[in-house]
Amino acid sequence: MSEHIVPKKIYYRIFGALLVGTALTVIFAFINLGNFNIVAALLIAIAKALLVITFFMHVKYSSRLTKLWVAVGFIWLFIMLAITMTDYLSRAWLVYRP
Amino acid sequence: MALIETETAPERIELHAEHHPHLAHHFESMEQQREAGTLGMWWFLLTEIMFFGGMFLAYTVYRHIYFDAFAAGSNVLSIWWGTFNTAVLIASSLTMALAVFHAQMGNSRKVVRFLLFTIILGTIFLRVKYIEYSDKFEEHVFPAGDFRWPIEHEANRPNNVGDMLLMLIGAEPLNSSPQGPEHAFSVKVTTKYAEKGPYYGVGGQVPEEVQDPGFGGHVRMYFWLYFAMTGFHALHMIIGIGLLLMLAWQARKGKFSREYHSYIELTGLYWHFVDIVWIFLFPLLYLVDRHL
Repeated sequence: MSEHIVPKKIYYRIFGALLVGTALTVIFAFINLGNFNIVAALLIAIAKALLVITFFMHVKYSSRLTKLWVAVGFIWLFIMLAITMTDYLSRAWLVYRP
Repeated sequence: MALIETETAPERIELHAEHHPHLAHHFESMEQQREAGTLGMWWFLLTEIMFFGGMFLAYTVYRHIYFDAFAAGSNVLSIWWGTFNTAVLIASSLTMALAVFHAQMGNSRKVVRFLLFTIILGTIFLRVKYIEYSDKFEEHVFPAGDFRWPIEHEANRPNNVGDMLLMLIGAEPLNSSPQGPEHAFSVKVTTKYAEKGPYYGVGGQVPEEVQDPGFGGHVRMYFWLYFAMTGFHALHMIIGIGLLLMLAWQARKGKFSREYHSYIELTGLYWHFVDIVWIFLFPLLYLVDRHL
């Protein structure tokens, strides 16, 4: 398997998509979606991160082992966040005072 | 003595001539060497994910517990500088990707050019970060700050950021805000408390958090995280710019070729990773509570 060269055109398109994503996230921040503001912000951020990882970081064209490596990293991060939050979110005896 | 003879033996020299001068002997081919390098770099990046992940975890937990304090803190940041810097960083990722592209094409002059573009954009990002930091220090808005705008600089007070926070923590401002205590910001936040209902106060009444001295401490926690996360991110940028300068120098001297450019590609991975961290920092620190 020789090195895959991504055409320049794709880089420019990804750049455009990332700028659109940035604009969208700023616009959504000023619209009151209640609890969904954080959801919208994170979804856009994840989409942007995926574009960077897939194309700018060439993971799409990398070996399966590299893909697995990358996925494992983010899955571990997710496990760390998710398990810790199951604890904090279930501490009903704590009354959170700002 | 025997060792030196082996090293200079004619058959060893022939072996060297057979493969690319940059191929290390423990690899079968340039292809395998490149693959191993990519995997190794990603391994390092996974430790970086965990490094920043710890701070993202702290952010998640404290934002959950001190929701209002985090809303107050994040509304004090400059959304325009934040957006500008996001665009600058995305552009630097593009120029980095193009530098890698030209390295793959073996076009050294363009590699140098795009590496320099990336360095310039990275420096602009850091310069803006410096402006943001010094604004916050001047407003006395930092973890150990008292959130009071210094009275000797009254004439150049840019806004009443410090007073907003002072009202929130229930302290008397040293110098009263020109707009008075009914400043829009504090009214907005107070209304939000009222809407929160029993979870944030009893029976939907406006609770006494505004007088609660703990609130100021919770806002400080936000600023601890803000400075720690953006500070470590900026440190990564500084290291990245150092690496890019080194690469630009080496590329100029013709070290890299169509077959051999791993350093550029792997530094590119690092640079894009730092970009991804910012992609998450920007909405979480600057944006999420703007609607409140």
